[in-house]
Amino acid sequence: MGNFESNAPKGPLAEKWTKHKNDINLVNPANKRNIDVIVVGTGLAGGSAAATLAELGYNVKTFCYQDSPRRAHSIAAQGGINAAKNYQGDGDSVYRLFYDTIKGGDYRSRESNVYRLAEVSGNIIDQCVAQGVPFAREYGGLLDNRSFGGVLVSRTFYAKGQTGQQLLLGAYSAMNRQINRGKIQPFNRHEMLDIVKVDGKARGIIARNLVTGELERHSAHAVVIASGGYGNVFFLSTNAMGSNVTASWKIHKKGAYFANPCFTQIHPTCIPVSGDHQSKLTLMSESLRNDGRIWVPKKKEDAEAIRAGKKKPTELSEDERDYYLERRYPAFGNLVPRDVASRAAKERCDAGFGVNKTGEAVYLDFSSAIMRYGKEEATTRKINNPSDAKIKELGKEVVEAKYGNLFQMYEKIVDQNPYETPMMIYPAVHYTMGGVWVDYNLQTTIPGCYAIGEANFSDHGANRLGASALMQGLADGYFVLPYTIGDYLSNDIRTGKIPTDSAEFDAAETEVRERLEKLVNTKGTKSVDHFHKILGKIMWNKVGMARNATGLKEAIKEIQELREEFWNEVRVPGSTNEMNAELEKAGRVADFLELGELFAKDALHREESCGGHFREEYQTEEGEALRDDENFMYVAAWEYTGKPADAILHKEDLDYENIQVKTRSYK
Amino acid sequence: MNLTLKIWRQKNADTKGKMVTYQVSDISNDMSFLEMMDVLNEQLISKGDEPVAFDHDCREGICGSCNLQINGEPHGPDRGVTTCQLHMRKFNDGDTIIIEPFRAKAFPVIKDLVVDRSAFDRIQQAGGYISVNTSGNTQDANSIPVEKENADMSFYAATCIGCGACVAACKNASAMLFTSAKVSQFALLPQGEVEADRRVLQMVEQMDKEGFGNCTNTGACEIECPKGISLENIARMNREYLKASIK
Repeated sequence: MGNFESNAPKGPLAEKWTKHKNDINLVNPANKRNIDVIVVGTGLAGGSAAATLAELGYNVKTFCYQDSPRRAHSIAAQGGINAAKNYQGDGDSVYRLFYDTIKGGDYRSRESNVYRLAEVSGNIIDQCVAQGVPFAREYGGLLDNRSFGGVLVSRTFYAKGQTGQQLLLGAYSAMNRQINRGKIQPFNRHEMLDIVKVDGKARGIIARNLVTGELERHSAHAVVIASGGYGNVFFLSTNAMGSNVTASWKIHKKGAYFANPCFTQIHPTCIPVSGDHQSKLTLMSESLRNDGRIWVPKKKEDAEAIRAGKKKPTELSEDERDYYLERRYPAFGNLVPRDVASRAAKERCDAGFGVNKTGEAVYLDFSSAIMRYGKEEATTRKINNPSDAKIKELGKEVVEAKYGNLFQMYEKIVDQNPYETPMMIYPAVHYTMGGVWVDYNLQTTIPGCYAIGEANFSDHGANRLGASALMQGLADGYFVLPYTIGDYLSNDIRTGKIPTDSAEFDAAETEVRERLEKLVNTKGTKSVDHFHKILGKIMWNKVGMARNATGLKEAIKEIQELREEFWNEVRVPGSTNEMNAELEKAGRVADFLELGELFAKDALHREESCGGHFREEYQTEEGEALRDDENFMYVAAWEYTGKPADAILHKEDLDYENIQVKTRSYK
Repeated sequence: MNLTLKIWRQKNADTKGKMVTYQVSDISNDMSFLEMMDVLNEQLISKGDEPVAFDHDCREGICGSCNLQINGEPHGPDRGVTTCQLHMRKFNDGDTIIIEPFRAKAFPVIKDLVVDRSAFDRIQQAGGYISVNTSGNTQDANSIPVEKENADMSFYAATCIGCGACVAACKNASAMLFTSAKVSQFALLPQGEVEADRRVLQMVEQMDKEGFGNCTNTGACEIECPKGISLENIARMNREYLKASIK
């Protein structure tokens, strides 16, 4: 077993990273040519890591299940990326970004990691601009910023509503440069199905070629997992259809601890569920909360009339509306962090004020922003005494320039025009703060196996702030891992190529093959989606936005039973030696059926409310989360011992030396 | 609504494919096109048949995975959307819908509706990047101002999702819109100007090598592009190419 020490360097917080970089071992350029690194996942974290490792001289192999690295789900991130540049001169600093992130995470993340993240954030922007990422600019030619939830400064860089796309294509282009040089070998339409350990160290993977069905052996001196989060355990989420926990779960079963699985982000602004046929949920960027105001009717009768289709939201006057976030949280208003905004929406809907057919939606209204921008624009264009219609027209143009693609996306899905009538939104599963446990070097408890980006647990504590996922993915990939992995690989300069004909590779491949065959040979009566949907319902109803001990215990039992039924009743058509989408899904759902149980177990053990983890038993009189720092100020890292029920809890205590731990308030 | 689907089925790259007819019922207006395909696949699985293979992932119009030719049009009858964003309200009860893979020599069929678009990756690998290291030792992001208009045009070109609709829409199966979008993104930025010549020559050379056809300015690509990538990019690429060729 590897080591379960945070390995955070000693010394003053602001000097830790610089000092650490000076202290760790390096691999000389000639030796890097003899070292192979596998990167699983090609999103922001994996793509940037692969490019940087290849630039440094390592031989890199990348793996992704999509047909091209450019399709990784980082591409769907909309709103922006944070960086402590203080270009706006509004008082931002590395310390403030660090502080906001720790506070936003409800004091459940590691100080040293978060400080480093804030420290390298500025470099990311420099790097991306140099790479040709077309960020939004002002007329003076300099970069524009906007603000996101949970902070009091504007530090978010963006490219309209497609920031993730632009950053990912930046990383993809850096990868392409290395592929062209032969330093990265891309294995697209390949899925990692197990890790191979030799003498306790990560030495390779077993991957399935998704076109031919063949199992392949790939060896390396280190394996980097960058396969994203596990939000799809809920079936419905804003994740891509293929997003999965498999790579993380496989390494967990081979010795990597899994940390804080219950810390999951439910994003407040998603398009509500429309029916049982739904296959995924679509996010409406948090950036919309800069200009959109969230409300429900003040009177229940109005909400009922709207649900019945007898009233329109635009017919309600200002004083008939309850801008509940502005009312409850005057300091942050509509820009409270995601967990707070989500719970507040659920509270209003549960109380009977929801506005769509299902009663599970609130309004996100742009009418006042349109008028405000319209007036500004009229002044700029020297239009005297503009009519309301003219102001509206000008305002719409401004709003369209800012959020055009999001409004279009909304209209296509919902068939309503959000410029004319408020958007309807509801919280949905979006991001997982929990993940594979890593130390300061981003190494898991398996030596030589690293986890970066959303796949690890490290930086966001119990709740992630908006525009920080892109920051973390790129920080890990461009600026952290390429340094820290050298320290480990410096011991491998004389190892030579790792053979793939060893007993360890044989055993891993056999295990993978048997499992695949079991899936196609079960020949049951129910489809993979059938099981996935039931799992999703259990998770959403009992392990979702609000949890309690009774529900969690039921969920654990129900998931166990469902898992057993799955292995007896699943029907996977086709064979293992061909392209077989159902087989791919089956393997992923099988892993979700194990993870889901650990998730619930973690939520049950954490008898407090913090960030995205809300236990109904632990709340203040006003319904805010009630944290228990005395007993739960630690990272819960679970060790696999045969089944999720028997997982052993290890605690990494969190020490806050540079921040005063306070009750988190956005009032 | 009830629909008749005629779908291209092909076991793998080496076998011949054919159109097969299926019926689906109780399709709601609010379903996306791919959710309708999910309904069909569940139906096939329950009967013990093999489901129809198609590429899809994000289902929100940004990853570029989905790529169906629906009633002869890439991504179907709606404008400015990918297949996954197309909703069934665009169809009527009783309709017959023809569903095929994107057709082009450079996009060989892998299975059913899944095609191999790796040619696009190779075009990007030939020069679709700026040669800077990712070390972070670059100059401050604000040290080179970029005219907003150029930055915006660069951004619009960069919103290409690489789905291949432009190729599927073109009678010549030309990849000019795709290639020119990347060339334009960098040509419009001071950071990309330095190696603009090399980039355009190498990317065009690779594009030709992959077996894509020539551009005859019909403009079908621009109309079918789910992201509205402008034909102006092709004109810009031609200028860039000419400029680079006569140096």
